[in-house]
Amino acid sequence: MEQLVQKLKEEIITVLNLSEMKPENIDEKAPLFIDGLGLDSIDALELTVLLEKKYGLKINTPEEGKKVLYSVNSLAQFIRENNKG
Amino acid sequence: MNDQLVISGFCTLRQHRVVHNGKLLFEDPGSNTVEFLTAAYNHFRISYPKFHKMDQLAKLGFLTTEILLKDTDINSRYKADRIGIILANSSSSLESDRNHQKTIASRDNYFPSPSVFVYTLPNVVIGEICIKNKINGEGNFFVMERFDPLFFANYLPQLFNNDIVDCSITGWTEVNGNDYESVIFLIEKKKHTDGGIANFTVSEIESVYIRK
Amino acid sequence: MAIEVTVKSANIITSLGFTTSENAQALLAGKTGIMLSSDAKLAPTPFYASLVNTRHLSERFSQIADPGKYTRFEQLAICSVNDALLNADIDIADRKTIFILSTTKGNIDLLESGSTGNSLFLWDTARVLRKHFRLYNEPLVISDACISGIQAITTAVRLLKAGSFDTCIINGTDIISEFVLSGFNSFKSLSSGPCRPFDLSRDGLSLGEGSGTLILSTLKGDMAEDSVAAGDGFSTNDANHISGPSRTGEGLLLAIKRALRDFPLSIGYISAHGTATPYNDEMESIAINRAGLQNIPVNSFKGYWGHTLGAAGVIESVMSIWSLQNGVLFGTLGFKEPGVSMPLNIITTSQKKDIRSCLKIASGFGGCNAAITFFRK
Repeated sequence: MEQLVQKLKEEIITVLNLSEMKPENIDEKAPLFIDGLGLDSIDALELTVLLEKKYGLKINTPEEGKKVLYSVNSLAQFIRENNKG
Repeated sequence: MNDQLVISGFCTLRQHRVVHNGKLLFEDPGSNTVEFLTAAYNHFRISYPKFHKMDQLAKLGFLTTEILLKDTDINSRYKADRIGIILANSSSSLESDRNHQKTIASRDNYFPSPSVFVYTLPNVVIGEICIKNKINGEGNFFVMERFDPLFFANYLPQLFNNDIVDCSITGWTEVNGNDYESVIFLIEKKKHTDGGIANFTVSEIESVYIRK
Repeated sequence: MAIEVTVKSANIITSLGFTTSENAQALLAGKTGIMLSSDAKLAPTPFYASLVNTRHLSERFSQIADPGKYTRFEQLAICSVNDALLNADIDIADRKTIFILSTTKGNIDLLESGSTGNSLFLWDTARVLRKHFRLYNEPLVISDACISGIQAITTAVRLLKAGSFDTCIINGTDIISEFVLSGFNSFKSLSSGPCRPFDLSRDGLSLGEGSGTLILSTLKGDMAEDSVAAGDGFSTNDANHISGPSRTGEGLLLAIKRALRDFPLSIGYISAHGTATPYNDEMESIAINRAGLQNIPVNSFKGYWGHTLGAAGVIESVMSIWSLQNGVLFGTLGFKEPGVSMPLNIITTSQKKDIRSCLKIASGFGGCNAAITFFRK
């Protein structure tokens, strides 16, 4: 799980162009949206593209999206639960 | 009564050089476009992380405007909805268009990206400038083969004379492959400045555009 | 004396017809041009869109020029301008005539083929039209996302009032392509069926393609009693987000206020942007209310033609002008139950109504907003 969380942090920084951030700056428990990293709607969509492209996983409803994309931990959990991590 | 307009500032990014009001402020000759833009961003200590999400056209227009506006204080001298942004280029958003096309080139690897697609509209650079500088006024993006000083010299006064803007960020911001250039002017009414750098005329506009 | 900019002629080409009149009849019959398409070249899965019939377009175009020598975009634009010119008493080759093209992506369908040549440059596309119609002046090209159409008309009015030109031909055209469909898909902003503006169940926009032409002039001709003039237009920026509208409708409110500031008449009808995305329609309802216009009859045309992007501002302005000229307000196809937080006087069914003026509004990517007025003289 640790490895997956680390990998996710690196991938998030890459796909969201957070060039001024380092993985160690991202708290895996913290919310990604509104507070925490303060990501926006385009970022949310990009993360769903990441899930599909790298992990072959689809998010089916906005409600599911809110849960899965809440934090790095929830993302990692979603990937593990679907046996992709 | 039509007020005289002046160029109160100008900034050029071209051939890896940043020239502001005729003065060379920065150069990075060995780099490619993206490296140059990033190096300039760091050099001028812009400190705006969203910069890294922008495409090359937006980075270019945004950066040129940031340097142009530094120390100009336009936000305290003009109401936000009285500052207009009128830009033009030749290639529209072709760089981002190509990038978006790559994401859909193969049905086996079909992952269109919203953060790329949003930049396939050239006017988005105006949006980026407005967000950073809290500008709400008139915005327009024209596409023309070459920078046309006559067009700007004729059109801008109409915006000022018809009470549409009191201040304008105007110019050319173009990216196509490894070629890029950005020449952006700050235009104000002469009576609102201490004279400005030059009158906003065809010959002065052209003179700024062609100088290195 | 104030200079008046008068509508000389117009044309609309969409999935619903090749003239303004054909389109109007289709709208009155409650037809939608938004259909389910399984064209695999355009998208990997079936999608809803409003597509111009290519065969009919080529047939029509071949009466004007050789379809083999022009792209689909160019054929569409030329057919539209050509039709508008048939009914306009203007000298198209005159040095005081200018052409303005409004488009978001031009010949973008050629990008996939790795096309060389200049067809991907919007100024080149405008020049193709210039050459075909033998226009004197270099055209202007405006590319401002979904407000391009209104911006083109606004710019025309400014140039005409300044006396730079006395006649302006404005054309707004955009075509459906894999490029654009995939992009909007990546935003998950496409509807699951024909779009439903302002409706409680709305779930996104439907893309459309088309061409609209508007010919404006300050020259006095044989004015019919019902001639319409164009008011001043304005654009603003939300300065909030590049792809989502401001939640408070700040920018659009500002554009509306500016458009109405020196406008002497009270507005009889609003042609909204009404794309049927959850956020756009909500934002528009807020802006319209904040402007105090919540009781003015308002509609969206998007349920008929879909969102025609760079053509929308022109096509929808042309039909709004037709509404003024013919005393008809069109219903908002796709709307059943209000689904926005602020009250609006949404036109549900098409009806006869004598109106003297209208307000056309739009918003687009980049945080831009635009508003313009049209009125009966």
